[in-house]
Amino acid sequence: MGTISINGKSIETDEEGYLTNIGDWDRDIAGELAKSENIDMTESHWEVVDFLREYYQEYQIAPAVRVLTKAIGKKLGPEKGNSKYLYELFPYGPAKQACKIAGLPKPTGCI
Amino acid sequence: MADFQTPQIREYPTIPALQPNSMAHLKPYIAAPAHQEALGFPGELVENWQQKAIEAMGDLLGKYRSLRVFLDSCVKCGSCTDKCHYFIGTADPKNMPVARQDLLRSVYRYYFTPAGKLGQKLGENSFIHKLIGARPMTEAVLDEWYSYFHQCSQCRRCSVFCPYGIDTAEISMAAREIMDRVGRGQKYCNEILGKVHKVGNNLGLPGPALEDTLAGLEEDIEMETGVKVRLPVDEEGCDILLITPSADFFAEPHMDGLIGYAKVFHEAGVSWTLSSYASEGANFSMFIGSYANLKKAAERIRKAAIDLKVKRIVVGECGHAWRVAYSFWNTAAGIGAGADPDDKYAQELQKQLDPRYPIPQHICEFTWDLIRQGKLKFDKSRNDHRVVTFHDSCNVARASRMGDKPGGQFEIPRSVIKSVVNNYVDMDPDTIHEKTFCCGGGGGLLTDDLMEIRVKGALPRMEALKSVVNQNKVTNLAAICAICKSQFTKVLPYYDMPMDMVVSVHQLVSDALILKGQEEDEPQTAAAE
Repeated sequence: MGTISINGKSIETDEEGYLTNIGDWDRDIAGELAKSENIDMTESHWEVVDFLREYYQEYQIAPAVRVLTKAIGKKLGPEKGNSKYLYELFPYGPAKQACKIAGLPKPTGCI
Repeated sequence: MADFQTPQIREYPTIPALQPNSMAHLKPYIAAPAHQEALGFPGELVENWQQKAIEAMGDLLGKYRSLRVFLDSCVKCGSCTDKCHYFIGTADPKNMPVARQDLLRSVYRYYFTPAGKLGQKLGENSFIHKLIGARPMTEAVLDEWYSYFHQCSQCRRCSVFCPYGIDTAEISMAAREIMDRVGRGQKYCNEILGKVHKVGNNLGLPGPALEDTLAGLEEDIEMETGVKVRLPVDEEGCDILLITPSADFFAEPHMDGLIGYAKVFHEAGVSWTLSSYASEGANFSMFIGSYANLKKAAERIRKAAIDLKVKRIVVGECGHAWRVAYSFWNTAAGIGAGADPDDKYAQELQKQLDPRYPIPQHICEFTWDLIRQGKLKFDKSRNDHRVVTFHDSCNVARASRMGDKPGGQFEIPRSVIKSVVNNYVDMDPDTIHEKTFCCGGGGGLLTDDLMEIRVKGALPRMEALKSVVNQNKVTNLAAICAICKSQFTKVLPYYDMPMDMVVSVHQLVSDALILKGQEEDEPQTAAAE
């Protein structure tokens, strides 16, 4: 278990730095999480993170990469709807890295 | 990101110079109390854990005759020592199969053999114990177990070379079961297995998300082919229930394989369905040696099959799932003959399933049967931009079979591939079929906290692959296991090969299959190169 400290508050994470409680998330915390992943959050990063949070609210799980790329393509234009674009933003994989920044639990399984 | 060295690809396989204890630092995250308790294990290390561990070992020795035989029969011939991919990749002698077995064997000898018991009368670490290689269960032993029994993917390659057929996988499973019973479980396996019991799959993917994902795939197939191909879920009265790893609903290139199954079912004209209640083929209970949990997960599939009134059960591309399905489902859940006569539901299911078909049936068997009947039409040239090789997944290769002939598990997937691609080559014969090398991520090791052993253990497979890439211009590595596919996607870049060279076998099928009503392409020239 770990913690991240921000604005004088201490937020609990699991061993890999994912938030233990999704309700703790806010944009400042996302910024801190991004820093720990060596990611400089740009508008493009936020677009993906915001989409992930919306999807999670509806389905209680992070979307599959394919679902994510398709939805991003529909929403933000076909030039962004491919995994190359998402991997450029999140080099360690959109499913895991972007989820962490969005405060979602890590997807588990044979993936 | 990596704080370890990726091994060098070697020109010729050689036995590495030993680096004792070089992997002793590596331990996976420990399961949280909630993960443990969901599986019926104590949340944390229990107070009298030494005693409990010895009792658990005694219990397993009584249940599994094989375990005792494996522990008793090793003659230290050394045949297995250089056969383990983790030893080859790490040079740590404790990753030699015999040494891994000895981690448990030494404790067995202390408490369960006449010499070990006699030694105890002379003191805790008497000369007899030293003579027979026996040691008591201590904290240090437990730590060593936790580390090195999570550096075994239970691939059983060593057992192929053992003159006695000693199965290190079974010893590794027993060790994990003992650790679980004293409260020292592995987070990755146990958290996931808890999700299967609760939600129905490894991902924790709820029904509505599954439906949304499948609807998206139907849309994609129609856009690509112009044909409506369905991916139904929870439809009662279908012929076939498809049980597939949930990675097929989530990861790449797994989803392309799922599209392939759907197209094949469509062309076969059979009705089929997935189940949102039992939406998982994987059964990690096998990795942790827990028969009780294995049965519980299998019973979910039984319930889905009974509720949906299906006549057949087909299993998608998943290595250990096929082992569980092929070898355990019959007695554990009545999918196949042999269930307990008093098990009402198992008996009911045995009567319900159609005996004219294999119970259960592998998707490759299903597809190959259709191909032989001439029911599928392919344009192999659509795969002409590829040169394909096939990775035999360990649990399929060494722990199960397909078809009705020995070796069917090697031949049928290759026959399917060769029916849909023009360019196929095999890797070095010492690295395929029953001698196949593990991908490096099997047996519950497919987790980021074990990346070091995953990358190092992939070495022999990567060497064999690199060789056909260089010599035969292989572009794609096809696999029939969700773990293999994910592991390769992750480790290929460490060896300077592209992650997207991994393909599902049914992705190749999908790409070449001409659906009824689909316009045929003009003959295409290869797009790449």
